[in-house]
Amino acid sequence: MSAVTARIRRPRSTLARSLGLVVFAGAALLVASEALGPYDELQLANGAYYFAVLAGLTVLIGLSGQISLGHGALMAVGAYTVALLIGDERWALVPALLAAVAVTTLVGVLVGAAATRLRGPYLAGATLAFAVGLPALADKYTSLLGGENGLVINPPTPPSGLGANFPLERWEAWIACAGALVVLFAMNNLVHSDVGRAFRAVRDDEIAASLCGLHVGRVQTVAFVVSAACAGLGGGLLAVVLQLASPGAFALQLSLSLLTAVVLGGLGSIAGAAWGAAVLVLLPGWTNDIAHSFSLSTQVSANLPLAIYGLVLILAMLVWPGGIQGALRAAVSRLRERRAPGARDASP
Amino acid sequence: MALLEIEQLTIDYGPVRAVDGVTLAVEEGSVTAVLGANGAGKTSLLRTISGLERASGGRVRLDGEDILGVAVEDIARRGLAHVPEGRGVIAELSTEENLRLGGLWRGAQAAPLGDMYELFPPLRERRTQLAASLSGGERQMLSIGRALMARPRVLLLDEPSLGLAPLVSAQIMRLISSLAVARKLAVLLVEQNARSALSIADRGVVLNLGRVVADDAARALADDEGLRRAYLGF
Amino acid sequence: MTRFIDLTLNGISTGAIYALVALALVLTWRATRIVNFAQGGMLMITTFIASSTIASSGSYWLGFAVALVCGLALGALVERGLMRRVEGGPALNAVIVALGLLILLQALAGMIWGNTPRSFPPAFSIRGYEVGATHVLFAPNDTFTVLVVVAVAAGLAALFRGTALGLKMRAAAFGPEVARMLGVRVGRMFTLGWALAALVGSLAGVLVAPEVFVGPNQFDPILIFGFTAAVLGGLDSPVGAVVGGVVLGLALSYVSGYEGPSLVTLAALAILIAVLMIRPRGLFSSAQERRV
Repeated sequence: MSAVTARIRRPRSTLARSLGLVVFAGAALLVASEALGPYDELQLANGAYYFAVLAGLTVLIGLSGQISLGHGALMAVGAYTVALLIGDERWALVPALLAAVAVTTLVGVLVGAAATRLRGPYLAGATLAFAVGLPALADKYTSLLGGENGLVINPPTPPSGLGANFPLERWEAWIACAGALVVLFAMNNLVHSDVGRAFRAVRDDEIAASLCGLHVGRVQTVAFVVSAACAGLGGGLLAVVLQLASPGAFALQLSLSLLTAVVLGGLGSIAGAAWGAAVLVLLPGWTNDIAHSFSLSTQVSANLPLAIYGLVLILAMLVWPGGIQGALRAAVSRLRERRAPGARDASP
Repeated sequence: MALLEIEQLTIDYGPVRAVDGVTLAVEEGSVTAVLGANGAGKTSLLRTISGLERASGGRVRLDGEDILGVAVEDIARRGLAHVPEGRGVIAELSTEENLRLGGLWRGAQAAPLGDMYELFPPLRERRTQLAASLSGGERQMLSIGRALMARPRVLLLDEPSLGLAPLVSAQIMRLISSLAVARKLAVLLVEQNARSALSIADRGVVLNLGRVVADDAARALADDEGLRRAYLGF
Repeated sequence: MTRFIDLTLNGISTGAIYALVALALVLTWRATRIVNFAQGGMLMITTFIASSTIASSGSYWLGFAVALVCGLALGALVERGLMRRVEGGPALNAVIVALGLLILLQALAGMIWGNTPRSFPPAFSIRGYEVGATHVLFAPNDTFTVLVVVAVAAGLAALFRGTALGLKMRAAAFGPEVARMLGVRVGRMFTLGWALAALVGSLAGVLVAPEVFVGPNQFDPILIFGFTAAVLGGLDSPVGAVVGGVVLGLALSYVSGYEGPSLVTLAALAILIAVLMIRPRGLFSSAQERRV
């Protein structure tokens, strides 16, 4: 009887847990943002839209085992959609963001369907081509997409209810964080749901999974579509925060940085996505400080974050596959073992 | 001192002990058969001797020198040839290329290709064909010939009769026996077909669940009805 | 009509470059079953070194030779020092390590030489041959490029089919465990495969540099086109790499000529997807992959 009630209780508790997580995170962010100056508010906003992309990407790579080097291009799709709708068509903020998600999801369906037939290096190569090729469209359709300079949009105005002196940066941070919280809720539920389990099953053993009745191609496409939706939202938020959508922001380097961030944070973990977002936002500042204290030239300091990303990717795969989240988990479990030694069963 | 000496060899796969304290010796110019049911540890034994797998304990000596822990290619270069289960023929290379490959490390001292074609005439007909197109029996000839190209002193054979028609299998067995004598090889032969193996072997070692349960002259094993029924299936 | 001829000739010369990059990728794939995404970065580094050599010594051919030697060394170093640790493991790990190396190399190049693309001299004249009253879009330098590809292809064929070393390399690639049992030092064969691949890559780098300029990110498209060509021809097949390169070069030349240069990468993507959907093994891959 208790097994049955336990099973009934489990689905509800995931939703409740996600909701609690979102409320807690939202409150924490609210409090934090009150104390931040405009520069840090923008950093927070940047971190928020990175988190949106990374949460989807880490689910794609970590849970469903499919690599994508093209999520920078998917962000571009979201960003340009928002820029076109808000800039030219004068859409309101939320509908524009929803449209960005919808359009990117559509692209994600196409990419995902193609991706199901590809594995490993082939998938990497195809998404790599996508990442380099898509931004070039801006050069082809300059009248619509603004060419090299991109599209500019007006900054979002804070609602009058918040007061006349409400800082723009804080409002942008709130928008971005709201988007991030939505993604957090959705992804946390997904990871702990049957869909998340289906992803893992297909990643680990396709043949076994299909013998259990899972349609491998469909599951893989769903994973791609979900991650594309997150990327679309992240890109849309980026356009709102930066008030700009230009091809330079979505070069191959972005896709590679996103990959580094999810690997470093810990593949497959939502918390890992948060760590990764923090690194993406904070690392350039840190390397700048290091460069100044060592009097390094701009040539060196400008390339330092990328050099670190490259090193991190290599070391993470060789030495540290769990990323930050993995290291934390290992440390926690070591602490637990020290407190209750011999709690594990000896192997037969 | 025997050419190949194995002393208290132990092989573990995690918690499973595949080979448990096996001791045996193979003299030059003789054939020793290793027999027993599937899962008795026979293949693990050969793969560990040739260096493909790690042992957990014991010693293996080739002509007096310890070879446990030595790299696979270096063990091969000391004169030990291993013909693996399933032949190990490289399908993408031609028959002749497979043969030549066997003798490359020997350089000028390698056996001439002509010798192998004399020994195995069907291979000469198929010398330029890809090894993938050879029949089971031809592949077995190819992998033995390839091993002989390097003029080895020790020959490990893993289930050479597997998947072969009885006539071909008998032919291969007789060949192994005559090669051992003619080229003074120490042959360690793993076989499930115990009757066939004992008919050409000088000594027999029976393994059960990784342990030696019998180690005697082949004729004595073949005559021991109780043993045959219990472990050898005939 | 002249436009078509021009585009065709241009396609052949650019296709030759793609063929070289594709060959480099095929070599590392055959040797170690790894797609070397860092190849673009490796040939970028050797081209930078060549550029600095030419600038300081004044001799093109010295720079050319230095690029080749550095290619050999870099390939061996990368395989032995880095890729060896991910060979034989999950494919995703090798992909990520290669990408990490790519990023690292690009950042290092930016640190050492700066991010501004710089020019690079061609080996021979880039003025098109005179045919009647006009110049075609094919110059002595392009002839040189095509000859290099032919020479490399012939050299590799001779190496692999005709020499003991080549046999060992093929054996190490197709049956590493069996090869080890036959006394082949398989690790060394892997390293040699990567060294050769990097040599071929560095050839591509110096040959294409006059056109794309030398900078940390200037060779990204070449990597993608080389990969597409390799997949088109079959990752297992050196012949396929050459044919795939030329076919891709022609196709992209026509796209660029008739639709505009900004669609070229997307066209390559479309071809890549088409090949992977219709005939994933590529045009020239042999069906045998089983070992018996």
